[in-house]
Amino acid sequence: MNLDTIIFAISAVVAIFGAVMMIGQRNPVASVLYLIVSLVAQAVLYVQLGALFLGAVLIIVYAGAILVLFLFVIMLLNLRGTEDLGEGSPPISRFTKFLLSALMVVEFGFVVWSGVFPEAGKTGIDAPAGGFGSVKEVAELIFLKYLYPFELTSILLLVAIVGAVVMAGRSVIVRSSESEAPASREEAAEEARG
Amino acid sequence: MVTIPAFLIVAVMLFGIGAIGVLISRNIIILFMCVELMLNAANLTLIAFSRALNIPDGHVIVFLVLTVAAAEAAVGLAMVITIFRNRETINIDRFNMMKW
Repeated sequence: MNLDTIIFAISAVVAIFGAVMMIGQRNPVASVLYLIVSLVAQAVLYVQLGALFLGAVLIIVYAGAILVLFLFVIMLLNLRGTEDLGEGSPPISRFTKFLLSALMVVEFGFVVWSGVFPEAGKTGIDAPAGGFGSVKEVAELIFLKYLYPFELTSILLLVAIVGAVVMAGRSVIVRSSESEAPASREEAAEEARG
Repeated sequence: MVTIPAFLIVAVMLFGIGAIGVLISRNIIILFMCVELMLNAANLTLIAFSRALNIPDGHVIVFLVLTVAAAEAAVGLAMVITIFRNRETINIDRFNMMKW
């Protein structure tokens, strides 16, 4: 049992443990923190597979930016007593959901074990080719071979920014039962002023 | 020696846990996080195959998936904020305003 195996075992167990704890939490803040634990372990797996650049990007972008955005939204929502989890009668019973999920996992496991990809079983991770997954190699691919897809992502991000601002910046929509009330806070303020 | 299928099994388990979370979660924020987890499992698969075939192009796909995940999180959370402002809940069973 060499060092690679030990590191892999630890990070795999931590990644799965974090994921399981994430979906088991009632408090969303604890859920976010467990997801960060899982992501850090997954970054170790990335590095083991030679993806040094993407391991760093995973920690910086996911744990550093996206999950902070989640935390920010959770803090902003002020969820006192609103997380009424598991109440009511869901259209599909919880047991059926677990059954369907387990079936899917079994299918995935079958695909992995049945040797759809036979060479993968022989490939160890302990002999990475020179420069594989380094910043230089990934950057050459992104900026030379895949330049146009990369530039298209900038448009995607622009659209996402505009969409997020338009959606979250909108004032309160009045439900149809309250159509007599002023349509928004701005209008109410204007009426109060004028 | 750690082989590539070991990583694939971890990715499968992460994807399965994410799918279970999407199915059983009543909280839309945890649901979004489960979607992120499933995207990450797919990324791990891409990197594992990229390593197995010694083709680094998979890393570029992972990079693009990370971008899409960031955009999805931003737009999704903006929707959560808007819905919470109107409905005062994050329980997805209450999100039925487009149902009728």
